[in-house]
Amino acid sequence: MNADIADLPARAEQAAGGATSLDEIQRVSTDFLGKKSALAEAKKALGALDPDARRSAGQLLNEVRDRIESLLDARRHELSQTARVAQLETERLDLTEIRERTRLGHLHLVTQARDRLEDLFVGMGFTVAEGPEIEDDWHNFGALNFAVGHPARAMQDTFYVNYGEPESTLLRTHTSPVQIRVMQSQSPPIYSIMPGRVFRQDTADATHMPVFHQIEGLVVDRGITFADLAGTLEAFTSAYFGPGFTSRLRPSYFPFTEPSAEYDIRRPDGSWLELGGCGMVHPNVLLAGGIDPEEYSGFAFGFGIDRLALMRHGVDDLREMFINDVRFLRQF
Amino acid sequence: MKVLLSWLREFAPIDGSADELSEALSDLGLAVEDMQILGGNFDGVVVARVLALRPHPQADKIQLVDVDLGDGEALQICCGAFNMAVGDLVPLATLGTVMPGGLEIAKRKLRGEWSNGMLCSARELELADDHAGIFILDPSLTPGTPLREALGLETDVLFDLDVTGNRPDAMSVAGVARDLAARLGVPFQIPEPVVAESSNADAATRLHIEVLDRDLCGRFLARVIDDVRIGPSPEWMQKRLLALGQRPINNVVDVSNYVMFELGQPSHTFDLGKVTAGTLRVRRAVEGETLTTLDGHVRALLPTDGVICDRDDHPISLAGVMGGLTTEIDDQTTSVLLEIAWWDPLTIAQTAKRLGLRSEASTRYERSCDPELADRAARRFAELLAQTGATLAPGTIDVRGNTPSREPVLVRTARVNAILGTALDQASIASALEPIGFDVRVTGPDQHVTIPTFRLDTTNEIEIIEEIARRVGFTAIGKTVPRSPLTGTLSTRQTERRTVRRTLTGLGIDEVLPLPFLAPGDLERAGCEGHPIELTNPLVAEESVLRTSLRVGLLKTLAYNASHRNLGLRIFEVGHVYAHPKREQRLPDEREVLAVALGGREASAAIDVWSALVDAFALKKDRMVQTTASGLHPSRTALIEVAGTIVGALGEIDPAVCESFGVPERVAWLEVDLDVLLGLPHDERPYSRFSRYPSSDVDLAFEVAETCPAADVERQIRKAAGDLLVSLALFDVYRGDRVAEGTRSLAYALRLQAADRTLTDTEITEVRARCITAVEKSLPATLRH
Repeated sequence: MNADIADLPARAEQAAGGATSLDEIQRVSTDFLGKKSALAEAKKALGALDPDARRSAGQLLNEVRDRIESLLDARRHELSQTARVAQLETERLDLTEIRERTRLGHLHLVTQARDRLEDLFVGMGFTVAEGPEIEDDWHNFGALNFAVGHPARAMQDTFYVNYGEPESTLLRTHTSPVQIRVMQSQSPPIYSIMPGRVFRQDTADATHMPVFHQIEGLVVDRGITFADLAGTLEAFTSAYFGPGFTSRLRPSYFPFTEPSAEYDIRRPDGSWLELGGCGMVHPNVLLAGGIDPEEYSGFAFGFGIDRLALMRHGVDDLREMFINDVRFLRQF
Repeated sequence: MKVLLSWLREFAPIDGSADELSEALSDLGLAVEDMQILGGNFDGVVVARVLALRPHPQADKIQLVDVDLGDGEALQICCGAFNMAVGDLVPLATLGTVMPGGLEIAKRKLRGEWSNGMLCSARELELADDHAGIFILDPSLTPGTPLREALGLETDVLFDLDVTGNRPDAMSVAGVARDLAARLGVPFQIPEPVVAESSNADAATRLHIEVLDRDLCGRFLARVIDDVRIGPSPEWMQKRLLALGQRPINNVVDVSNYVMFELGQPSHTFDLGKVTAGTLRVRRAVEGETLTTLDGHVRALLPTDGVICDRDDHPISLAGVMGGLTTEIDDQTTSVLLEIAWWDPLTIAQTAKRLGLRSEASTRYERSCDPELADRAARRFAELLAQTGATLAPGTIDVRGNTPSREPVLVRTARVNAILGTALDQASIASALEPIGFDVRVTGPDQHVTIPTFRLDTTNEIEIIEEIARRVGFTAIGKTVPRSPLTGTLSTRQTERRTVRRTLTGLGIDEVLPLPFLAPGDLERAGCEGHPIELTNPLVAEESVLRTSLRVGLLKTLAYNASHRNLGLRIFEVGHVYAHPKREQRLPDEREVLAVALGGREASAAIDVWSALVDAFALKKDRMVQTTASGLHPSRTALIEVAGTIVGALGEIDPAVCESFGVPERVAWLEVDLDVLLGLPHDERPYSRFSRYPSSDVDLAFEVAETCPAADVERQIRKAAGDLLVSLALFDVYRGDRVAEGTRSLAYALRLQAADRTLTDTEITEVRARCITAVEKSLPATLRH
């Protein structure tokens, strides 16, 4: 019997070697280790032996069982590896077979620029105010100190609409009427920016569009000075354009600010770029907004959003932005 | 407004390079739009003597010229001209010279031979038009001498200034010089005209001037100039006028323009012989009156116009805008009536604009001239016209009307510093204002300031503070940053608008920004209802209607891109639409709307987009109500309701509309009124504890009549399943042979779960049965087995 038992591992190895699937291995396992196997039979027979013989025979049986189990495990592992390799191979994909790529939609350049500007001023403690695009004459002109017959009215070529009295209702020529709406609806301190769409009766060319976008800033509080205006724009300039960019103010003229200034930025290469207009809010404008100019003072500034967007990406024609050619939109 | 540096220097000893002066002018608020060095920039151009002329070994059209720059060395130049001889003196642009056209002279090889500079023609140096050959210079000059010195050429600088509407004073050479002199700290003076009066009859006996409207005409000063012979003006004057872009006409017109540019005071001249009895009457025009102006046009006059009439009260000149034909100066004119007037600015602005006759003169009247300048301007006129032989008759007629008052204005020192953020004392304020003509009288801690008559734009304290700031220098005022006491933040709407955009771009949809202007009929063609607002003064008819819907803009965008062979665009816009309101209100209706157009997609794609928005805003109780809507696909359109309120529509664009706009593919469509949607409860996300017990899935498939919406089946299942239903999904739709005609199979997956226990098989079976019964009883539907 001992000789038969000692022979079992070799026979099991041979049987396992012939097995080609995990199921077959299971059958081999049953044959050699199962309840009806020679090993099980031998174990049952142990009880008939004397203690010494039983000990040595038991030891032998355990060793044989261990060897068979380990060689079956090894074969099982081998087969599962082979099966895995075969399975994975059937799953092979050519990852360079790319059909249409998933892409994100792109925000329009104007939106991107506007969002950046808003975020920056929000960081400086400003809120963002909005107003209607169709305005009345008083908010767009009268409240902003444009007297009737003022040549500055002619300066801003206005689109009027067929609503109310003739020339009473118009497409706002600037975002400044929102200043009045903000002052009327809240009391100082006011730190607001007012981005939005504006309209001028300008024929479209590389630098003009009848519809474009502006951002306006308004600060009204006690003790606000021209130096505060200069400092705020300087802080904005370096934050928005980056280090090395500085700003300067030059005397100019707008009916709604006094003193009025042009706001220029200086690029790191020393060249200047006119960005927009600014100034101290005219006392008449504060009064129109219901604010006492002897108690409060303020400054305002404004510039075009579209041009900033163009500059950022080196686009040389404003019209490109509003054609909405997908080949343009998807670049940014 | 153009000024010449040489002219400015007649009023003040202005020093400095062109660039420095340009910077100073910009700092003063007189932005330099363009600057030109006149008389050529001759730096680097020297006199050279031709030593030898040799043929170029490789080229026929070029010869080699050896020149001497005065040191006896021969320098080889390649030259394309052949008009010089050995010994001639010629101008040589040496290496490094920048020519007037911007070309920089460098050492170059021309077909194998070095050229160490360029010999120049007169035209290349902008000295004359002659381009026939090299400019041969006077033989008496010395080689090596800079050309500018050799020819005694003077350069001048022409500044083109952008003068803002609040600077009437800067509409003249003298005014610019005053500002610049103050800035540079040098004395400024307008030279006194020197003109003798003739012994001819006194103007007082020859002229009769009546000003009937004293608001229209603040001052009317008239003089008589005799011995006028119409002819060209002096060459120096013509050169200056030409430099300013003013074409010389004749001595009288040129002097008038010269005085206007120099002092800012326009004038008008009448042929005295044509003015009956030397009589002029100044008044407003009367409705129905006409006047033939100098240009031969008959002008219909209005009571808003100012006119100058003759003895018989017939208009002979349009005040401040254009003279009349009947009293025009001509070749026979010998005596001139010179009018120097101050006209009401608004009157001139209105008339000039209405008649399209804005001119250098009307622009100056509009901004308001200096009413106290009249006498000096008249004498300067006579002084200059005397250069062509004219004589000034004695006597001045000077009639005064009303001009704005010049009462002193109180300027508070504390107010100045509070506005500017400066610490100026009274002395600094005075020294800022006095050099530009403001008179400052100290009153306690403050000052009374008298504004000069050439600054009628300035009337109050804040405007004087602006002048102080300008004089102190904007760059000299510090830069401080006020600390906002507020928390900067976007409003809820602004944040949510960004959420809309981010959701859509996340779905691969691009944002577009079409113009809100449409052509008449566009909206009707797109099936958009409503009463659009129209522009009363559009640029073109195609852009004369304001949109009531974003639909047209998106369809046009799809069509434009399709015409460039780009199909299948997925685009959206968030923008305003405008319409006449239903009830009367101050402004039209203006709403913010989202629209999405998905080229080449079916309606289900629009539902996907809407579903993403439902998720983004946690919208509750949203449902689609299938319907028809103008412009949308008749059998693929649904209104979207949220909590019982209609917020928009989705589906597809009517194929006929697509075709009409030239969109060659189907278009899935979604439009949402953001004002309505975001006004409803949304984004409320209270925590709801989900069950820890096992869930069970039940699948139910029904054969449902095509006339019965799936939404109805779903509603019945939800009702019947009750609280145990935690999710319901339509996972399969089948149409075909295996179902009855006129029906389709809808297969639903129900997930059932209780909050407090594991469901028993009995409970699950009961729920299943309830659902089947509910659907089969109330709808044309049967369970599929």
